[in-house]
Amino acid sequence: MIMLVNSIEFTIVNPEMVKKMAAAKITKTDLYDEEGYPIEGGIMDPRMGVVDPGIRCRTCGGTIGDCNGHFGYIELTKPIIHVLYAKIIFSILKVTCKKCSRIMIDEKELDKAKEKKTSLKDLIKAVKKKCPYCKAEQGKLKFIKPYSIADGSEILSAVQIREKLEKVTDADFKLMGFRNFRPEWLVLTLFPVPPVSVRPSITLETGERSEDDLTHKLVDIVRINERLRENIELGAPDFILVDLWELVQYHVSTYFDNELTGVPPARHRSRRILKTLSQRLKTKEGRFRGNLAGKRVNFCARSVISPDPFIDIDEVGVPMVIAKELTVPIRITSENLETVKKFVERGPEVWPGANYIIRPDARKKKVTAENGKELTKELSPGYIVERHLINGDISFFNRQPSLHRMSIMAHRVKVLDHRTLRLNPIVTVPYNADFDGDEMNLHIPQLEEAIVEAENLMSVEKNLRSPRFSGPIIGLRQDYVTGLYLLTKYNPELERKDFIQLIRSADQNIEIPDKNKMNGKEILSLFLPKGLFIEFRAKSGEKVVIEDGMLKEGYIDKAAVGAESGKILSKMGDQFGSAYVIEFLNKLSKLSLSFLMKHGFSISISDQSLDESGERKVRDILVQVKSETDDLLRQYKKNELKILVGRTPKESVETLIKRRANKALNEVGDVITKHMKDNPTLQMAVSGARGDVVNIVQTAAMVGQEMIMGERIEKGYYQRVFPHFRKGDVTLETGGFVGRGFVNGLMPFEFFFDAINSRESLMDKSLKTRHSGYMERRLVGALQDLKVEYDGTVRDSSNNIVQFFPGGDGIDPSKVERGGVDVERIARKLLD
Amino acid sequence: MSKESQENFWIEVDLPPKLMEDFDKVVKNRKLDAEQSRKLLEDVKREYIIRRFEPGEAIGIISAQSISEPSTQMTMRAYHFAGSAGVKVTQGLPRLIEIFDAKREPETPFTTIYLKKKFENKEDATRLAEEIVEKRVRDVISNISINLSENNLELELSKKRKLDTVAKKLKEILKAFDVKEKSGNIIIKPNLAKNKLGVEEETDIKKVREKILSASVEGIKGITSAIVRREGEEWTINTVGSNFEEILKLEEVDDTRTITNNIFEVESVLGVEAARNSVLNEATNTLNEQGLDVDVRHINLVGDIMTFSGKVEAIGRYGVAGGKSSILARAAFEETIKHLVKASVRNEKDELKGIFENVMIGQVIPAGTGMFELLIRKKEKKKKGE
Repeated sequence: MIMLVNSIEFTIVNPEMVKKMAAAKITKTDLYDEEGYPIEGGIMDPRMGVVDPGIRCRTCGGTIGDCNGHFGYIELTKPIIHVLYAKIIFSILKVTCKKCSRIMIDEKELDKAKEKKTSLKDLIKAVKKKCPYCKAEQGKLKFIKPYSIADGSEILSAVQIREKLEKVTDADFKLMGFRNFRPEWLVLTLFPVPPVSVRPSITLETGERSEDDLTHKLVDIVRINERLRENIELGAPDFILVDLWELVQYHVSTYFDNELTGVPPARHRSRRILKTLSQRLKTKEGRFRGNLAGKRVNFCARSVISPDPFIDIDEVGVPMVIAKELTVPIRITSENLETVKKFVERGPEVWPGANYIIRPDARKKKVTAENGKELTKELSPGYIVERHLINGDISFFNRQPSLHRMSIMAHRVKVLDHRTLRLNPIVTVPYNADFDGDEMNLHIPQLEEAIVEAENLMSVEKNLRSPRFSGPIIGLRQDYVTGLYLLTKYNPELERKDFIQLIRSADQNIEIPDKNKMNGKEILSLFLPKGLFIEFRAKSGEKVVIEDGMLKEGYIDKAAVGAESGKILSKMGDQFGSAYVIEFLNKLSKLSLSFLMKHGFSISISDQSLDESGERKVRDILVQVKSETDDLLRQYKKNELKILVGRTPKESVETLIKRRANKALNEVGDVITKHMKDNPTLQMAVSGARGDVVNIVQTAAMVGQEMIMGERIEKGYYQRVFPHFRKGDVTLETGGFVGRGFVNGLMPFEFFFDAINSRESLMDKSLKTRHSGYMERRLVGALQDLKVEYDGTVRDSSNNIVQFFPGGDGIDPSKVERGGVDVERIARKLLD
Repeated sequence: MSKESQENFWIEVDLPPKLMEDFDKVVKNRKLDAEQSRKLLEDVKREYIIRRFEPGEAIGIISAQSISEPSTQMTMRAYHFAGSAGVKVTQGLPRLIEIFDAKREPETPFTTIYLKKKFENKEDATRLAEEIVEKRVRDVISNISINLSENNLELELSKKRKLDTVAKKLKEILKAFDVKEKSGNIIIKPNLAKNKLGVEEETDIKKVREKILSASVEGIKGITSAIVRREGEEWTINTVGSNFEEILKLEEVDDTRTITNNIFEVESVLGVEAARNSVLNEATNTLNEQGLDVDVRHINLVGDIMTFSGKVEAIGRYGVAGGKSSILARAAFEETIKHLVKASVRNEKDELKGIFENVMIGQVIPAGTGMFELLIRKKEKKKKGE
């Protein structure tokens, strides 16, 4: 592997080095002179690099692109403690003698510590009260946040601290676990000034210059530092000097970290808190997480998505505007010269054209409508042409939040009209996308290597099976399922002209049997491959049998072809390959839609109500629940209730009521399935296309018990929920039971109960995303470096073996059917 | 490598233990002869090679995603009544986070006690359940009174038979007091001689009252309640609160099956290997309880990373993620400044062996296809071109 950077070393910078690497000494507080040019010796010193285009660096002669800038330095009048190292300085002082600066542990023990590599923390614990070398009594050291150290009542100055640190021997210092620097370097005497490119100034439209926060901070440091110097030279009284010194310490400290506890943060003139060094690195938007772990990219697009069932599953519809903006680099060879010339000739405005040509010397030239013809003349092998996106190009398609690897997959581009990105609704499941305004991102790989990898590793086809549960993540849903369900469950006999119409809409090449009539199951079986044997249970529990590609028994529903469950898809993928499954889904979705269009499928408000006999039954159930729960409450009040094991009487009665209410909901569910037969809403629920029987129960007949935190609603007024109820009156209805459906409308109380419930689930949802998001971050943090090595073991980045067989048995869940390798099945195939 | 050995490389491949077991089982069940079993082994190996993880697969990220992706569908504030026993146990996302956090004590400690054959009946189970619940003095007395004139404290027990044990226990706790039994009651009186401090005032009796009431008299410490439950064909006991060590010491308890949901107790009593299994079981149960389908292999990996150092470590800043070798990866994860300061003082070096570090500096990551280099022999290349 070509590694440009092999390792990164961290250390403390030597003050000598500060001076050596500096291009300028900074002493002046002004930034620019009257003409607006940076002042030499000022904080924007031209020797420290360039930020304005057109100007050359005074130190290296480079322009804005090739000069990374050069450091400057400030000579601090008095030493200053580096806040971030204050605690470490304190620890060093704690283990060393205040007089002779040796570690206060006798030599024997020290040797032991050396061998054991005792940590600084333990050394501090082992320290004697009296120095074993010079016998000096030690005072009590105290660390005063954020950067002061007191010996007893006397606060040590930075000069005193530095003197003590200077006396620490190299051997002692090494023993404390520090490497490659001297302790006194932690107290600053020379202060490095970062190059201007680190803190560029922005020129506003008005011509005014707006300086970076760091520049402001540096100005403060230089100003107070110089004032301190002048005052010392003038022989000013001590208290003034101490005050100024303290002020320099404050400015330097806040320059490193502006969120120190106990220190008022440095502010801009506008009261805005300045963002200094630590703030630049920290947090999600900081350098580490915001710019290094995640980066901004070119060759990408983002737009609202909309469905297009007529493009393939592994295609993405790209608007013309985007196709003309995003490009693919084509390296010219003698073979493709003529084709590429045509792209350039058409220019950037006519699709498919080209936007740029790159000459062999890496110079980029923009193609315009006018110069297109001109440029074709100079094209020859070695040139690179950035041509528009065309059909069949590979792209990455992504929807956030990217919760799993299927959130970004490779799709083939299909250039279409209008302004939205189009995708086949079948592929919405892995992205968790819908079309209520969702936006998605598109990226165009630029290297041959990337394109090949995308096609072979990231394509929709390669991501059919989710590694999470070894099942198909892509499958049919909603109307597609309904269509196939209606076709196979009701199994209609179709006339020849009808079934030909139907089959041909899904597949133009399939051989149609020479029959006058075909039923639904026969039509579907046409699309099942020969050699497919499978037996499973449908969603409702009925047996489904497919023998040699013929649907013999049962019907097709979510359990057969649905996303995340589809038994047929899983088996088919294993036996015939992913490409076959994609093709199968493409055909079935079209078959299903054209059948639905012919058959007709709609719902209306009248579909949501029960017939009269059904309603009567629901009313009976309601009366029954009411009387039973009242009975329970009566028993509870009289203390006659049979208490459940391990629970108090109150808990018992609540549990019993909740159970009874839940049972009622199920009873109503049964009534509904019986009385609403052939109801389209119910068909959707039963086939698994959309919704659940509970949803129908709630709309048509009974919303049921509303709960907060798993309990009946009790909060509100004293001993009752609403002021309209009597005190202590917590019956079925006053405890949040809603005995009617949404179609009939809710009473005010009931509506409020429902609102309470809805509010809880809303809160729950928003809290959940935060918690699970953080959990994911931590899991990724802990597991990110684990990978399978060539020898088949799982190791982390330090080469520790975590597992000998990845996942326990080495089998990739995205490559097998649920459960892994089935030896029995292999045996059956081999021997029977 | 010869062409033949290249084609037959898979014969050398070792099957994972679990698959080998399956294979042996099939051979035994079908009574296969040597030739048949050799053929079958070949086929199984061939199948295994197709289905195994490929070198370079970033298995860690896949597992992390596979666990956290469905967790967005989990409930937040879910308590579950374990079985119908009526014991509230934390479930859902909070429990999963708790497991990965390797919390010292779960929010709702819970044990399931299985009994030895000899004691597996309703009577013994009920008796044991009664016995193991921690009882404090408060629970066994019917009255407590302070006699100011006598300067003593009188306890009236609700059940006389416990008189001895209570008195004995109190004698242990109250060193500066005389504890006497008198007509079924216990009388506690300060003993000046026993008291090292000398002076004893009547207020001390009041002060000591709370101490007496909350003194544990019998049962197992930490067990707040126990319920007898029928699990399938078997009588079991569920307890709220957990004290694994003490429970396993009981004669009646089947120590091979009894389990607790406190991972740390499992670690200290049975060791890391058991703690690993405990992590796996708890995580699997939590996910299954919510009806989420996550392959065990992912949970296996998390269980292994949490325990492979020899002790249970949390997933997070103070555990696995914080102990990584790369400074850049640690700095990007949490507590950026702290890690940088520490690294500089110790002159640490980031070897850029991990994934994050290489993303940061814009290099190809050492995983997946980035782990390998392509070597081309120039001579052969010419041949192929012809």
